[in-house]
Amino acid sequence: MKSKSNFNSTVSDRVFGATNSVIMLVVLVVTLYPFLNVLAISLNDSTDTVKGGIHIWPRVLTLDNYKAIFQFNGIMTGLKISIMRTVAGTLLGLISASMIAFTLSRVDFQGRKFISTFLALTMYFSGGLIPGYMLIRDLGMLNTFAVYILPGLVSAFNVFVVRSFIDGIPYALQESAKLDGANDFMIFARIILPLCKPVLATIALFLAVGQWNSWFDTYLYNGSNENLTTLQFELMKVLQSTTAGNNTDIHSLNMTQMMNRISPDSVKMAITIVVTVPILLVYPFLQNYFVKGMTLGAVKS
Amino acid sequence: MSAEFAQVTEPRKNSRFWKTMLQQKYLYMMSVPFVIWVFVFSYVPVWSWLMAFQKYRPGKSIFEQKWVGFDNFIELFQDERFYIVLRNTLGMSVMGLIAGFTVPILFAVLLNELRQQLFKRFVQTISYLPHFVSWVVVAGIVTKMLSIDGGIINELLLKLHIVDEPVQFMAKGSWFWSILTASDLWKETGWNAIIYLAAIAGIDPEHYEAAKVDGASRLRQIWHITIPGIRSTIIVLLILSIGHLIGIGFEKQFLLGNNLVKDYSEVLELYALNYGLGMGRFSYGTAISIFNSVISIALLFAANGLFKRITKESVI
Repeated sequence: MKSKSNFNSTVSDRVFGATNSVIMLVVLVVTLYPFLNVLAISLNDSTDTVKGGIHIWPRVLTLDNYKAIFQFNGIMTGLKISIMRTVAGTLLGLISASMIAFTLSRVDFQGRKFISTFLALTMYFSGGLIPGYMLIRDLGMLNTFAVYILPGLVSAFNVFVVRSFIDGIPYALQESAKLDGANDFMIFARIILPLCKPVLATIALFLAVGQWNSWFDTYLYNGSNENLTTLQFELMKVLQSTTAGNNTDIHSLNMTQMMNRISPDSVKMAITIVVTVPILLVYPFLQNYFVKGMTLGAVKS
Repeated sequence: MSAEFAQVTEPRKNSRFWKTMLQQKYLYMMSVPFVIWVFVFSYVPVWSWLMAFQKYRPGKSIFEQKWVGFDNFIELFQDERFYIVLRNTLGMSVMGLIAGFTVPILFAVLLNELRQQLFKRFVQTISYLPHFVSWVVVAGIVTKMLSIDGGIINELLLKLHIVDEPVQFMAKGSWFWSILTASDLWKETGWNAIIYLAAIAGIDPEHYEAAKVDGASRLRQIWHITIPGIRSTIIVLLILSIGHLIGIGFEKQFLLGNNLVKDYSEVLELYALNYGLGMGRFSYGTAISIFNSVISIALLFAANGLFKRITKESVI
């Protein structure tokens, strides 16, 4: 890459370079401004915010909005449920994806072809909203925590990402372990899993983001159960409650109304920050992994 | 089971199967439970498709329902609302496809041309950021940015004298498709560019060297080396995204929409949600879901067939 020097750059190349930098600067501003604006409003005194004119810096700095939202049970329960589902969903998702992927990477495994077709098909069709709802209802999973974890436990996409990674590990490693008397499960646990750390980090991020960000399953299955609502769902209720003609009136509860009475904007933005920050703290550390993971998946498929 | 019979006809093959199975018991133990899982949560719901040909009454099993043939579909095709919803679904899909497909390529190409490595890495890292945020948050942010009091977009438009008074973007149906597409771009462009960046990084630097010796400008290098270099990646991703054309989901539409813009924001799945679950018309809702799936698969095959003919490449 270094070889692309400025050695023989012409005027038109320099104009191009400058224009490009300006475009990228605009992209940067457009991406970042909304976040900084939300942060500034969440940190600004709520009565002062109403006057408008807050951009990326709070005018009257205060933490009152945050103090206010944490007094609501909904936020604390939501935080608890969201963390629980993210941890449980990620761990179980990792276990399922890595186990299936390992068996599918074994060329000698007889169930290999059937299982991979069986999984691949699920990427192209789904029963749809209502059949899915009826299944959950018939299984007695309405108003349970399990509904967050079990239906999405196996993701074909994740399985295939892990499998293409395992395919890249020399098979000789497994064979020598077998000669030493290791069974397939031990090979998986002692040899394959430790080598899979990079890809597991990637899909752990996918799973965690998916779990942390989902709200629709709460809306559909657990919306009326205050002990099981997630943070995203609470935010959704608060945000939707003041937009023109809301479509969540069935689910709007006291907390929402109260929050709007205190101060709509600042409180909304404070919840938005609480909902957003945890996931944003993680991704820069995992960036190298997921860039590699995505690339690998793309090349192989 | 016909195991005994099978053993008589093909004793060798069958016993070998069971023997291998015993040898591979750990492999089976590690995958079969999950296969059952997938069967329950992904395949069993498809059984409920039968419901679309029935008049569903709660409390009875699917075999005790009254069969009505294609009545639900006929009703669907006679509903005016259906055509509005179908128009919205296709409209937003096509807009999303065009924008969501071209912009990430453009972004990847331009990002790759940045010479200051630190700046490049910074822009790239920031560009992923919105991908990690939920649609709930994005909808909140978009609403805030477009609001008439304190929204930056209206503030800018007023300052630049493009408009005389703030525009109520979220209350005008005519704006909805554009707002949705733009939000999607804001959220996913950086993320979708990753694959293209990887493909660009895989292009042999010698091509660029040779082009430079020939005196090709940066733009010509992009056109003649970078774009052809990522051509196969582009085609594969294009076919995949066409496959998902109609299954655009409903999350964004649900969160960004409101009653004022309903005629432009309601898509097939939302329609199924409102009619099926909202009004308890399970059979009708299922018919809508089936229509959705059938169209989406048909589009996938059509797109794949078309590209096979043009480029001799296929993804299915």
